[in-house]
Amino acid sequence: MKTMIKLFLAGVAFAGVLTPAQAEDKPTIEILSSWTSGGEAAALDVFKTEFEKRGGVWKDSSIAGFGAADAAFQNRIVAGDPPGAKQGIIGLAAADFVGQGLFNAVDDIAKAGKWADVLPKSILDLSSFGGETYLAPTGAHGESWVFYSKDAFAKAGIADEPKSWKEFFADLDKLKAAGLVPVAWGGQPWQQSKVFNMILLSQVGIDGFLKIYVDKDKSEASIAGVRKTLDILRKLNGYVDEAAAGRNWNDATAMLITAKAGVQFMGDWAKGEFTVAGKVAGKDYGCMIVPESPGMVYIADSFYFPKTGTAATDKGQKLLAEIVMDPAVQVAFSQKKGSIPVRLDIDKTKLDACALKGAALMSAGAIVPDQAIVLTPQQVGALDDFVDEFWNNGSEDATAAAEKFFDVFE
Amino acid sequence: MKRKTNLAATVALLPTWLVAVVVFIGTMGWSIHLSFTNSTIFPSSTYVGLAQYQKLFSSAKWLASLQNVVTFGILYVGGCLLLGFLLATALDRKIRFESVFRTIFLYPYAMSFVVTGLIWQWMLNPMLGIQASVRSLGWDSFVLDWVVNRDMAIYALVLAGVWQGAGLVMVIVLSGMRGIEAEQWKAARIDGIPVWRIYLSIILPQLGPALAAAGLLLAMGVIKTYDIVVAMTNGGPGNATEVPAKFIMDNLFGRQNLGLATAGATVLVLGVLMIVAPFRYAMHMRGKKRGAR
Repeated sequence: MKTMIKLFLAGVAFAGVLTPAQAEDKPTIEILSSWTSGGEAAALDVFKTEFEKRGGVWKDSSIAGFGAADAAFQNRIVAGDPPGAKQGIIGLAAADFVGQGLFNAVDDIAKAGKWADVLPKSILDLSSFGGETYLAPTGAHGESWVFYSKDAFAKAGIADEPKSWKEFFADLDKLKAAGLVPVAWGGQPWQQSKVFNMILLSQVGIDGFLKIYVDKDKSEASIAGVRKTLDILRKLNGYVDEAAAGRNWNDATAMLITAKAGVQFMGDWAKGEFTVAGKVAGKDYGCMIVPESPGMVYIADSFYFPKTGTAATDKGQKLLAEIVMDPAVQVAFSQKKGSIPVRLDIDKTKLDACALKGAALMSAGAIVPDQAIVLTPQQVGALDDFVDEFWNNGSEDATAAAEKFFDVFE
Repeated sequence: MKRKTNLAATVALLPTWLVAVVVFIGTMGWSIHLSFTNSTIFPSSTYVGLAQYQKLFSSAKWLASLQNVVTFGILYVGGCLLLGFLLATALDRKIRFESVFRTIFLYPYAMSFVVTGLIWQWMLNPMLGIQASVRSLGWDSFVLDWVVNRDMAIYALVLAGVWQGAGLVMVIVLSGMRGIEAEQWKAARIDGIPVWRIYLSIILPQLGPALAAAGLLLAMGVIKTYDIVVAMTNGGPGNATEVPAKFIMDNLFGRQNLGLATAGATVLVLGVLMIVAPFRYAMHMRGKKRGAR
């Protein structure tokens, strides 16, 4: 009997030595992302190619649609079968998971790669929790853009980009007079909230913006800033076409591509649509930061690294974190995705005219985070509701609404 | 002897019972339990009493969704029953190619709500659909913008829903009509009663069970209305077509607010019980009366 037990124990030990050795051969990663559209999938492929080149095993479990991918991720976490990496935005969206101890930190990789020296401080801060780096940022998107069709501007007789809101509205009048749709508006709550934020930044400045969203400051100045923002929003409402409600952002971009509409407020991912249609930045279409805006609202994607308890995946996570922050990979990824590299020390010669403007603002530190980074998902939803209600309810008073805005943070 | 058969039946039914108790009632209980906690993305066990319900009923979106589902439900069920009955009557007149028409009218029901929603969204979109086509024919002031109009969007949903659901009612009612004895028709003809009067006063009262069955099927669909809204309007413009099921889904995943979502689900279940319970009670009482007789 004793020998039997000994044998058994030896077998277990033997198996214990063997199995991890086999699994540990290659770093393995299963990616859960929502990057499935043409440009996004091509961008994800940049990581895959590099990962496999460095000897890793790559498994793609991507799901179309941000919400659907998030739901799948939550379900897999609860079921105890998380993927090796999940694409998600930096900031508060990851805080709950980190707080529950569900994620692996990549602090050693960050220290070895000197991330602190090459990332904008705000991006590094929002990728770290309790002093440790957990997220590997992939790229940033600028969200303060006004895209305009050069054909439409020519038709309406507009020569220069408007510098102020006054000029901007004068130009919208010209577009209207030329029989065009002045603003290609995507009437979905998330798009409307982004426009609200772009305008807010132009009205309250970088410090004012951070005060409102980070410190939840409800001073007179903040309220006045929100009121001015709502006034502009209400004014814009007069320049959209009647089919704007519920319109997808890419359908709105198509209106610019066909020169049916003049301008669109959108993040820089809209460039992907122009590129697919064979349009060139600076030649067929222009991009400008919202009038009077001192900086740019940004959102940054990253990879989350859930604890899976398998050594191969742990190795894969560290390898992926390294690859994501590799300078050459950052540039290649951004070109495919239409984003801005988060590293400040990259080769800028390959970026297009719009990305260059964005990268310049980022280097200068003139950036503020998107609401999804600094607010909880519940608060983001409340903000969507607030802007959507104001946009659709023409009789709501801007002064009263500006007071109500701060309920979003409760 | 009787005992034995009961035992066999009990054993046979046990798996089903277990599934019903664990899967349906168990998860329902778990959801209700969560609605009293402050759960956000993960279930938590910090109890907050009725705070989630308080938040729920101070949310303009939730209140709008309740109002919308009532409006939609009444018009959708009513519209389907009315149109379905009229279609069945028309087919009942022994017309030619009856089976062809029957197939055509029933066809929409074979489609998913997502497809129906998209078709109607395109047709009612002022820049693409009917309005644009009519205007291109020369009638420049023609307006049909229900999908993007805050006051009309809910009726656009009803229109699409009725288009889809009326065929089902038609088939059920038609089979009911075919079950009515031909003798009654002959008798009524001899008395010289006009046809419309026969349908209204003689046929319709006998269709009670068929209409009740069709109405119940449709009403169950109303509570879970979700896909058609997502496909057509996504709840907009504003809150104009927000429905409870969509509110719950949004809070469950996108807004990571388990507590609020489960509170909404609980209210929805209570609402269903409030409608179904009196109905079941009446059935029960009627059954008892019949048994006593």
